[in-house]
This record gives sequence, C-alpha cells and structure tokens, in this order.
Amino acid sequence: MSKPEDTEKKILNKKLKDVEISIPIVYGNISFWLGKKANEYQSHKWTVYVRGATNEDLGVVIKRAVFQLHSSFNNPTRVVESPPFELSEAGWGEFEIAITLYFHSDVCDKPLNLYHHLKLYPEDESGPMSTKKPVVVESYDEIVFPEPSEGFFARVQSHPAVTLPRLPAGFTLPPPVPVEDASKRKRGDTKDHPLSQWFMNFSEADELLQLAAARQQVQAHIAKLRRQISLIDGQHQQLKSPSDQ
Amino acid sequence: MDAKDILGLPKTPLPITQEKKSQPKKDSQRKPDGISREVYALTGGLAPLMPSIDTSQLKRRPPSDEKITWQWLPFTNSARKDNLQLYHWVRVVNGVPPTGDYSFAKYNKSVDIVRYTDEEYEKYLTDPTWTKEETDQLFDLCERFDLRFIIIADRFSSSRTVEELKDRYYSVSRAILLARAPSSGDVSGHPLVKEPYNVSQEIDRKRALSMVLSQTKQQERKDAEVLAEAKRITESRMAARGVEESTLHVASNAGPEMAETATNVDGTVSPSSNAQLASVAVAPSTSVMAENASTLASLRMLRVYLRTYALEQMVQAASSTAGLRTIKRVEQILQDLGVNLKPRVPTKAVCAEHLELRKEILTLLNLQKQLQYKEAEGSSFRDGSYTEMPGTPKRSHRDQDGTFVPDSMSFGGERAGRRDQKRKGPGRLSEAPSSPAHKRPRKLKASDL
Repeated sequence: MSKPEDTEKKILNKKLKDVEISIPIVYGNISFWLGKKANEYQSHKWTVYVRGATNEDLGVVIKRAVFQLHSSFNNPTRVVESPPFELSEAGWGEFEIAITLYFHSDVCDKPLNLYHHLKLYPEDESGPMSTKKPVVVESYDEIVFPEPSEGFFARVQSHPAVTLPRLPAGFTLPPPVPVEDASKRKRGDTKDHPLSQWFMNFSEADELLQLAAARQQVQAHIAKLRRQISLIDGQHQQLKSPSDQ
Repeated sequence: MDAKDILGLPKTPLPITQEKKSQPKKDSQRKPDGISREVYALTGGLAPLMPSIDTSQLKRRPPSDEKITWQWLPFTNSARKDNLQLYHWVRVVNGVPPTGDYSFAKYNKSVDIVRYTDEEYEKYLTDPTWTKEETDQLFDLCERFDLRFIIIADRFSSSRTVEELKDRYYSVSRAILLARAPSSGDVSGHPLVKEPYNVSQEIDRKRALSMVLSQTKQQERKDAEVLAEAKRITESRMAARGVEESTLHVASNAGPEMAETATNVDGTVSPSSNAQLASVAVAPSTSVMAENASTLASLRMLRVYLRTYALEQMVQAASSTAGLRTIKRVEQILQDLGVNLKPRVPTKAVCAEHLELRKEILTLLNLQKQLQYKEAEGSSFRDGSYTEMPGTPKRSHRDQDGTFVPDSMSFGGERAGRRDQKRKGPGRLSEAPSSPAHKRPRKLKASDL
C-alpha cells in the first residue's frame, strides 16, 4: 500500500465534496473591574479570546490569531501564535475588536474575520460593581469548511474540537495521520483555563425545542388558512353559476 | 389608392375604399357589394387597409363560351414503376380532357445515392468491421428509404446502431467521391468532404440531448441555479474590480464554463464585503429554489465561512422577493413566538430549523394575503348588499385558539381595527370586538351561503 510521495500529496490535496468540516467556537471577552486599583486610564482588566465551544484545542485548525485593538493601544495589532488564542489587557473603553484567524496550510489559505464588541460595564448599571464578578459576553459560532482537503480531513478526523458530518455512502476514510505526542506540546485547550468558571454554556437543545414548537404553531395556522381559502373558493363557485346572465 | 397601384390590382371602385376617408362611420352600416355582410365581416369588419377580397371577382362565373363537364377518367402516374391505372374525376373543357402528367408526380423526389462498383469496393472501401454484403445491403436500404436512417437501422439485418450505419455510409460515400474526383481540389467544396461524419461526436451529442430531454425538474432547477450562480460570479467579479483581489478557481458539479472569480478584500469574510457580495448579486433567479441553491454555491466558493454568515445569506435569499414591510412582519412574528431573530446557538441544525421557520412564516403571510383577496372578491359577488360585506372579513378572524394568535399574527392589527370602524349592518356591532385580540367566532347566517 505504499505510494510514491507525489501521488500521496496529490491525494491529500484533493478536495472532498459534500463533506463539511465545522469547528464550533465561542469568542468574546471577560472583564474585571479593578476596584481600588483602578486609575483613569485603566479601570478594567479584560481578556478577549476565541476558544473551542467544548474547550478543546483549536490549535489543530488555527495557526494563529490576530487581535486588532483600538488605535489608542500600543501596538494595537496583537498576534497570538499558539493556543489558547487570547489576549489580556487593561483599559477603560469599549470598542470593536477585529479577530482574524489564520489557518494551517492544509486547512485553508484564506483567513477568517470575527468581530467582537468589547464589553466592560454591566448592563445593569444600578448594581454595585464588584471586582470578583466579571462581565462576560460570549458568542457562539461555527467555522465551516465546505470542501476540505483529504489531508486536512485525515489529520483531524478524530480530534474532539472538530465536527464531522455523517460520511457519504461508500466513502473510505483516508488512513489517519499519527497524532503528535500530546505531552510534548503545550496544552492548547481551555478546559482548565483560569477563567473557565465564567465560560457560558451553549446548548442547541433548548433552541431546537423552541424552534420546533414555533414551527408547529405556524404550520397549524397555515393549514387553517388553507382550509379557509378552499372554503371560500367553494363558495365562490356556487355564487358564480347562478349569477351568470 | 397607392397601395393598389403598387400591387397592380384593378381599380374597380369599391364603395368601402372610396368612402373610407370621409365617412368611416357610415361604412359599418352600409352593406358591402358583391358579398354578404357576414362574409365581409370575417375579414375583420370594415375597411381593411388593403382590400384583401376583391369582391367583384367573387361572383364571377366562368366565361360562357366554355363548356365544362366533369368526367370519370383513367390516368397513369409517371412516378410509378408499374402501369397501374386508376380513375378520377377530370374537368373537361369543351370536350377536351387536360393533358400532362399526373399533377402530383413531380413530388416524387429521391436522394442521389452514390453507388460503387465491386472494383471500387475492393480498392477503396474495405473495412475490417464491415462485410461487403452488409455494405451493399446498407446502400440498398439507403436508396430505398431516402437516407432515413432510423428506418434503415430498423430494417437492417444485423443490429447496428444508427451512428454506425451513418458512419459507414458517409465514409464510403466520401471515399468514393474522393477516389472518383480528378483532383482533390474539385470536390473540396462538397459537403461530404468538407464536413466528415464524426461518430464519437454524434454519439456524445445525442447522449447529451437525451439527458437534457429526460432531466427531471430537480435537475432543471440545479442547472438554473448554476447558471444564475455563474451570472452572479461574473457580476461580482466586475464589481470587485479596483479592490484588492485574489482569484479563485471554481469547481462546479455541472461543469459549465465558469471563469475565474475574484473574492473580496483580503479574501476575508468581513461584514462589509458580505454586504458587497449580497448587494452585487443582482442576478435574478428563476425560482426561490435556484436562489437558495445559488447561495449555497457561492458559500462553497468562500472555502471558509462562519455559520452565522451563511444563515444571513440564506435568509436574505429566501426573503429576496419580499418587501421590507413583509420582512418586518416576519421578524415581529418571530419575536412573538419567542424565537431569537439571530439564533443564540447557531449550529447547523439550529440554523436549518430557523431558516425553515422563516420560510414558513413567509408562506403564512402569503396565505393571509391570498385570503384577503379572495374575500374581497367574494364581496364583489354580492352586489350592493352592504349588510353582508362587513361580515365577510370577519371570517378570517375566526380563530378558535385565541391564545395562540397575538395581534400581529391575524391580519396585522391595524387592518382589523379599521374594518371594525367601517362596519355597518344591524346588530353586528354589538358582537364586534373592539380589540382584535379577542376574536369570537361569528355565527354563520344563511345569507352568507
């Protein structure tokens, strides 16, 4: 089963159609009021980040993340070369942060942009500010690769950060690439992250239920309208025939 | 008139044409001479631009010096090879029957098939896959059936395809033509020489044709969407010119010709360039399905995108035919149903459900509109009975589960309110609820049916 290197490369570069790889991510910020230590220019300490939705290591897919901060920051372009992809700073202002994700070469040669509005102050302004309880704003999304290369697929097929679809019938999995010894690399997952206690939970179950219920209601209403319409059509028929001159 | 001059028609004065300019109205009452009024009316009524019927000719009888009789006479047909004699009616003038061949004989045309001699066959026309007997038979059939290859294929003794037969016939004819020609230049203009029969091309062409013919509706839709997508791509390409671009090669399933595509700035999926993509996709799609699937195709081109972006695009595509007001109503209904306008956990499944829900709400609104129209129609049937009219709109408000339908669901709150005020008729007002939220079923009256 040994193949010459060139053919193997070609095979690995082949795109898989109808196979979509998606990476569920959560991105956002956590910010702590500095309380007594706050000064005019730095009232909060905050961290902006992109993490796996289940806190798995995104380094399998993302090569580096670039956080573009407000121009008032020194070196507003912050590059993070390894997971966990996060950036901590101190400041007083809220602004939009552009996060650009660059992927490994076998994943995608195009970067992807996310936009997050940094939130420092709580919605409810009336409550007392606490240095212990942070303001947390997170958004769930999924990075979708509609036509992944076989090489990419082979590399990540058993990684927990990656969602693979049901494979089409007759599909033969390429041989899995042996994973690097995990202990050698610095851990990139966020499972034991110091801020993990504040991470929000995103479960699709609730939303699915709600959508299903809503659809049911709408469908019932549609059926009712259709009945009413056909009723009226029937009546119009009756009216038409006698009223013809 | 000038027209009559040009055509050289006799200048017999027709009452219609003379009076056309001065008294167009009177003509319709005047009976045209020469033919009955109804017949003349068949020409489209009065005053055609050019009198197409020369009415004076219509009642002309044959000149009286000719004596016409009709006789049952035998005839022969030069197109026949036997001497079959049939009989038919013949118009005899002054005792002299008409001369000449049977009038339909001239239509007996046939194709000039090149026939080869045995010598020529040995010299030029031998082929490993064809015996001489077969080739001879082919040419006989070709002559007999005037190159109708479908019939020839049917009658051919061994089972050869139409393309094989055509190939053999045309290559033999071509070879003979070339062989018999004094020089190749003489026959280079002959169609057989200029455009030889290409078997493989023909087979492919026919296969493609039959594929197109047997395409299911779904495939038609797919093709339409791919073409719409191609149009979009070319348009977005033109619009993105002048902005920093990188090129993409598009791999399409159907394989139509697609030129290189330009992506947006830095090839990123930023909201501003998303808007650009969306606004530039002006290509009108043939159907909602095509629109939907062309969005999918354009997403595939991006190579990486966010689920939320994809949902946005799909929602836009689905609502492309709806006006702003309708979209606002959809969003209102979503809110009333307790659904997030943008899903909080946009997984693939959630996004799909969300999209379907939006589409269903659009359907719902369309049906409501339909119902409105039908009821408006209904009221026009009942002429002048104002007691009925106010009743009919109420029908649609008859919602048994009052709890489900908040104001916006049923007919849009404002409309119901207006109807209430317009209501006339005895006794109904007391039943009419002032607020649309509490609709009660109205009793059907006999007059309604």
